[in-house]
Amino acid sequence: MPRMAEADVVVHARALRKLFGSAVAVDGIDFDVREGECFGLLGPNGAGKTTTSKMVTGVSPRTSGELDVLGRDIGRFGREVRRSLGVVPQDDNLDQDLTVAENLLVYARYFDLPKKKTLARIDELLGFFELRARAKARVDTLSGGMRRRLLIARGLIHEPRLLVLDEPTTGLDPQARHLLWDRMRTLRASGVTLMLTTHYMDEAEQLCDRLLIMDEGRIVAEGAPRALVRDNVAPEVVEVRGPAETRKAVLLAVADVIEKDEALEERLMLYTKQGDEVIRLLSAHAGIETLRRRATLEDVFLELTGRRLVDR
Amino acid sequence: MRRFASVSLRGAMHVWRRNLTVYAKTWHLNVLPNFFEPVFMLLAFGLGIGHYVQNGPDGTSYLRYIAPGLIAYNAMMGASFEVTYNIFVKITFARSYESMLATPLEVEDIVLGEILWAVTRATLYGGIFLLIVTLFGAVEPIHALPVLLVLPLIGLLFASLGLVFTAIVPTIDLYSYYYTVFLTPLFLFSGVFFPVTDLPAWVQPVVPFTPLYHGVRVAQDFAHGRAETGTWSSVLVLAVSGVFLTLLAMKRMRRRLVK
Repeated sequence: MPRMAEADVVVHARALRKLFGSAVAVDGIDFDVREGECFGLLGPNGAGKTTTSKMVTGVSPRTSGELDVLGRDIGRFGREVRRSLGVVPQDDNLDQDLTVAENLLVYARYFDLPKKKTLARIDELLGFFELRARAKARVDTLSGGMRRRLLIARGLIHEPRLLVLDEPTTGLDPQARHLLWDRMRTLRASGVTLMLTTHYMDEAEQLCDRLLIMDEGRIVAEGAPRALVRDNVAPEVVEVRGPAETRKAVLLAVADVIEKDEALEERLMLYTKQGDEVIRLLSAHAGIETLRRRATLEDVFLELTGRRLVDR
Repeated sequence: MRRFASVSLRGAMHVWRRNLTVYAKTWHLNVLPNFFEPVFMLLAFGLGIGHYVQNGPDGTSYLRYIAPGLIAYNAMMGASFEVTYNIFVKITFARSYESMLATPLEVEDIVLGEILWAVTRATLYGGIFLLIVTLFGAVEPIHALPVLLVLPLIGLLFASLGLVFTAIVPTIDLYSYYYTVFLTPLFLFSGVFFPVTDLPAWVQPVVPFTPLYHGVRVAQDFAHGRAETGTWSSVLVLAVSGVFLTLLAMKRMRRRLVK
């Protein structure tokens, strides 16, 4: 019997835990993914995002806790659940011995799809992902962006209800990323539930309706991207670059108009509700550069963990 | 046990067909060397060495004596190639199984599919050899069919055995041990070139526990139109150990692939 509390919950995780030997990868997390939303797991490398997504897709068994996917316990009904589940892995595991179209055709067989229906679906997907002209090309002749699009097309071959994507745009150039984001929005609009992991805060902000911020196997925060920013940090940030000895004077000058400051190695971050005022007060200081911007999830992560999302 | 019972033959056949799809693209390149090898072996062993060895141990020509054993050996090699380097690359570099395990396929279906494919290759590899030696007149055409039927059994045994090794081998370099320390002695001392009864007495008790011996024995007996109790017990040994090792390969591969 399904143990779901609500009918529109497609992933239901409670006290979900994963150990590799004695190392804790995921440390007892709770979350729900709802039908039709784009749900994100945001966090730095090693936060437990990939392990979580591998448990959700049934590729990696959980150590303990509850995990129902599409209404059934993924540990017991993996084969059945994966019939309606699409997976886009982080590592390119396309079949190098096959062409673009053959990759989709062979993969469709694993789902017992009838050939005639598959051929129509392949044509549709190749069109959607702008790969039709390369249908007969060998996979190793494709660009990184094309390969990633093919990986997503492969994950959609059986028209899954839920698509799980692990770091879908890592390593891609900006143009390729924007094309992928655009396609993922279209998918979401067509009713496919998306669950994605990412360590890019802009990706999480652009795509996700709701997200979990993870760090060291735990959930640090949960909510809609804008709400997470609103609830955790001041709305604006002024970044100040300059010699270390100027910092003291800068902080003294803006002390009354900032909420919080964060000193990083190469810059000083000033969180404020009064950006205009901060800029005005600092304009008199020589030898520093200022950059005023909206607060982002990156700032939320920094605020909550004291560390940055991506090492630069 | 639950996992063995829920193996999907349909899923296994999808994996088998994936390999066929790849093979079909390059078969004309792959199949040709399979024709040359038996010709060279027959020339060297049969006619070359056979020139000095007037008769085989059973009174027939030396060529006729060694032909069935060489067929069995080729079936062994055909299966072994498929489940050693090929599968290791699929596990570690191509990550093929990660993509398959994200579908309704389970590890056990994949293992069965790969083994059935290796059995197919072994039968094809040994079958071409059989065809050539039959054309050379070293096997009577009437006995060729029974010999052909032994090849899938030899294939099953060596496919599952090689896959167990692949499931536990940490680095690709260790395969040279599998080939030189394990398969080569089997080739030389399993009765292909001389009867195992000529081996030193202290080795004799070990012989029934070596896998190729049974394949060679059955191939020789069938090729020479004789089938004794010993022949059938060797058939049984091939089949039973093949099935047992297939289950062991499933267990070991699950441990390797699912983390």
